[in-house]
Amino acid sequence: MRMEGQLNLDKHKFLEALGKISGENVISDRSLLTVYEADGLTAKKQLPWLVVLPREVQEVQEIVRLCHQHDVPVVARGAGTGLSGGATPHAEGVLLSLARFNRIVSVDFENELATVEPGVTNLAISDAVREQGFFYAPDPSSQIACTIGGNVAENSGGVHCLKYGLTVHNVVKLKLISPEGELYELGSEAFDSPGYDLLALLHGSEGMLGIVIEVTVKLTRIPDAICVVMAGFTETADAANSVSDIIARGILPAGLEMMDQPAIHAAEAFVSAGYPLSAGALLLCELDGHRSELEQQITDIKAIFENRSATSVEVAFDGDQRDRLWLGRKAAFPAVGRLAPDYYCMDGTIPRRQLATVLAKISELSTEFELKVANVFHAGDGNLHPLILYDANNEGELQRAEAFGARILTLCIDLGGTITGEHGVGIEKIDQMCVQFSSDELSLFHGIKAVFDSTGILNPGKAVPTLSRCAEFGAMHVHASAEEKFPGLERF
Amino acid sequence: MADQADDLRKQVSDAVSRQQSLNIAGGGSKPFYGYAPRPDSLRLDLGTHDGVIDYAPEELMIRVRAGTRLEVINQLLAENDQMLGFEPPDFDGQATIGGAVATGISGPRRPFAGAVRDFVLGVTLITGEAKQLSFGGQVMKNVAGYDVSRLVTGALGTLGVILDVSLKVLPAPRKESTLAFHTDLSETFELFDRARGYATLSGAAWQDGVARLRFSGTEVAVDVAAEAMRNGASTPVEDDFWIQLNNLKWADAPRQLWRISVPRSSPLFLEKLSVLDWGGGLRWVKDPDGNPRDALDGNQGHATLVVSRQVTEVELFHPLTKPVRDMHRKLKSVFDPQGVFNPGRMYGDM
Ligand SMILES: Cc1cc2nc3c(=O)[nH]c(=O)nc-3n(C[C@H](O)[C@H](O)[C@H](O)COP(=O)(O)OP(=O)(O)OC[C@H]3O[C@@H](n4cnc5c(N)ncnc54)[C@H](O)[C@@H]3O)c2cc1C
Repeated sequence: MRMEGQLNLDKHKFLEALGKISGENVISDRSLLTVYEADGLTAKKQLPWLVVLPREVQEVQEIVRLCHQHDVPVVARGAGTGLSGGATPHAEGVLLSLARFNRIVSVDFENELATVEPGVTNLAISDAVREQGFFYAPDPSSQIACTIGGNVAENSGGVHCLKYGLTVHNVVKLKLISPEGELYELGSEAFDSPGYDLLALLHGSEGMLGIVIEVTVKLTRIPDAICVVMAGFTETADAANSVSDIIARGILPAGLEMMDQPAIHAAEAFVSAGYPLSAGALLLCELDGHRSELEQQITDIKAIFENRSATSVEVAFDGDQRDRLWLGRKAAFPAVGRLAPDYYCMDGTIPRRQLATVLAKISELSTEFELKVANVFHAGDGNLHPLILYDANNEGELQRAEAFGARILTLCIDLGGTITGEHGVGIEKIDQMCVQFSSDELSLFHGIKAVFDSTGILNPGKAVPTLSRCAEFGAMHVHASAEEKFPGLERF
Repeated sequence: MADQADDLRKQVSDAVSRQQSLNIAGGGSKPFYGYAPRPDSLRLDLGTHDGVIDYAPEELMIRVRAGTRLEVINQLLAENDQMLGFEPPDFDGQATIGGAVATGISGPRRPFAGAVRDFVLGVTLITGEAKQLSFGGQVMKNVAGYDVSRLVTGALGTLGVILDVSLKVLPAPRKESTLAFHTDLSETFELFDRARGYATLSGAAWQDGVARLRFSGTEVAVDVAAEAMRNGASTPVEDDFWIQLNNLKWADAPRQLWRISVPRSSPLFLEKLSVLDWGGGLRWVKDPDGNPRDALDGNQGHATLVVSRQVTEVELFHPLTKPVRDMHRKLKSVFDPQGVFNPGRMYGDM
């Protein structure tokens, strides 16, 4: 494992060697470095030592090889929209931006696959194949900006993941560069590959195991018909319970999202989506399939909403109308961002049946910490995004926001969930990893890391805490088996 | 319905201390798959470590002990109008969920609904240091820590003993219809292409001059697709074709049976084909003249020698590229430093 402060490096020589490889693609001027000082977790800023923006695969190989020789940390960066500090720079390291790898290499409609460079944005893939009737299904709200390389590294999700899966379900092949600069491939254009599923292992590995240099994704056909059903509720519990009712009814919506009142108001003020301002909670349910099949599902869903005392129901088939309904949800983060100088976005995931309980508890915590919170959920997946509002200029508020967030994550673990559904651990949730995993489990993660990166130059200090860090944090997880942990659950 | 975890952990711990290798066995339904257990290996029986730990239909999640038979799970899910999306073969009711996950074998629905690994949410493992560890969880989305649950899926027990597994389940279709077409292979590919335009397509296979399409979903959507695809050469059929196909009933004492996975539109292996499945992506070849891997050289795809009656020099599983093979070897020693779990079952030196 890497030790901090052991850099025994002639910085000038290194810079000279790097210059030979990358020339003017290297940035070392302090004023230009500030662009890269943070990713989407803006509360954590750190200037990198150097930034490189290579253009060629071989160039990346040589850069990484050089860093490996000199034990210089390498932090990969896509668009820097990550919310957990995965791309926060290393003070002594090279920030490797893949942003210039933005070409779509090939599209194979026959096999429904597209091969793209890692810096291609998520939305650009769908844009390139839409005319032929296809799209790339995982759609993070950041899809205009975030890159497919970052999506792989975080195993990102989006509103359509309930039906179409996460990034890991939609990528068939990766080309990677090892810390030694070696190029290798995982997965294939066939439906499966021999050996261990290293392709899956690389998903969500947060730039810790390899540099993604090419991605082959599965394309999905645009469905015949799409409709969005929006319903307002007075009580959040009714909205939450409707979610379970829909799934229990055997309907698998393409997306099922929920917002609470502060989020509804913020979104409405920001984009005028036509949301009911009197509602305490809002559900957006997207259905897709054959038109006549949707009619039936809409009838069923309306009955569920009525039964749960919905105060308003709106159905939209028309594309513009659907876009309008989604607009408020997709713009929810920036919309909430206007309510306070700063916001802190959480990402815990819980079993769906716990939605109402968690909401009530978060509201109590909001009072306890004296900080407002707006809730946006991927409700169908049980993935919560409480947005904690604070003002970093007020003494102690950032710390209070972080403490509030940490309590929400512990709550998620206690209810049988996880600290992160899609945003990753990064540096942000690294202490909570000590709560979710035992020291033996963490040791196994370190073992896996060492297989791919024996000297630990890739993104050091992220994603998996050292055992000593956990000891300091004082919350090492002790395993109760889940059977003892949730005595209230039904058993068979 | 018994929790044998403590006992299993003790057996592993004893084996590790004596450097005694173990042959992990579930229902014993797939002894033909992979290399035979080493003669000096002790059998570690998972078959009685069974039972459903948690099943919440409204969560689309079931957590079961590894020894639970697929038959039991399928029935419980069916009672709640749900199913396993990856349609694992159940080999006459013998197969267990532990074996299904460890072999990673998915059925005809694979191209349309996903593979075993796509539905695995979490696992509890006994590692080669006799430690009981949990990864993933019971929720649909989870990116905390590396994805060990998917890594051990399809690893043939070489990385650890799977004690229990949490799976995402799917709503069962309200209706299912199969159409059979008497047609040759070239027309079959066109047929599959057209059928892919229907989201309800859940099976596309060809055998002995007959192509079959299966549609699953709501009544209207299935009827619409079946109506549109019907032509003079087609007849609706209700038989157990998909089960027979999935359970290799047709293979009939082969000398060699090869399972070849290629991109759907690949032109390879169509001359001596026994079965085409996965809409073209899976090709079964019985008793070929040479080694099918020669044809794959430089092409996408891989070939597994699933059944071999004689001892052969040919590796059963497709050779890995050098960097990937090195990663396999190192991962094996992280999970199982003494090499006690299923040694040589997958690759000779692991
Ligand atoms: C407004 C907003 C909305 C968002 N909505 C969603 C959402 O709905 N769902 C969701 O899942 N996320 C969401 N996110 C989070 C973020 O957009 C995703 O995590 C995204 O995948 C990050 O992509 P990026 O290109 O910006 O990666 P970066 O932030 O640059 O990097 C993220 C991580 O990936 C690594 N990385 C990047 N490129 C590579 C590569 N080529 N090889 C290896 N490692 C690499 C980095 O080292 C880092 O650890 C949102 C963010 C914002 C700001």
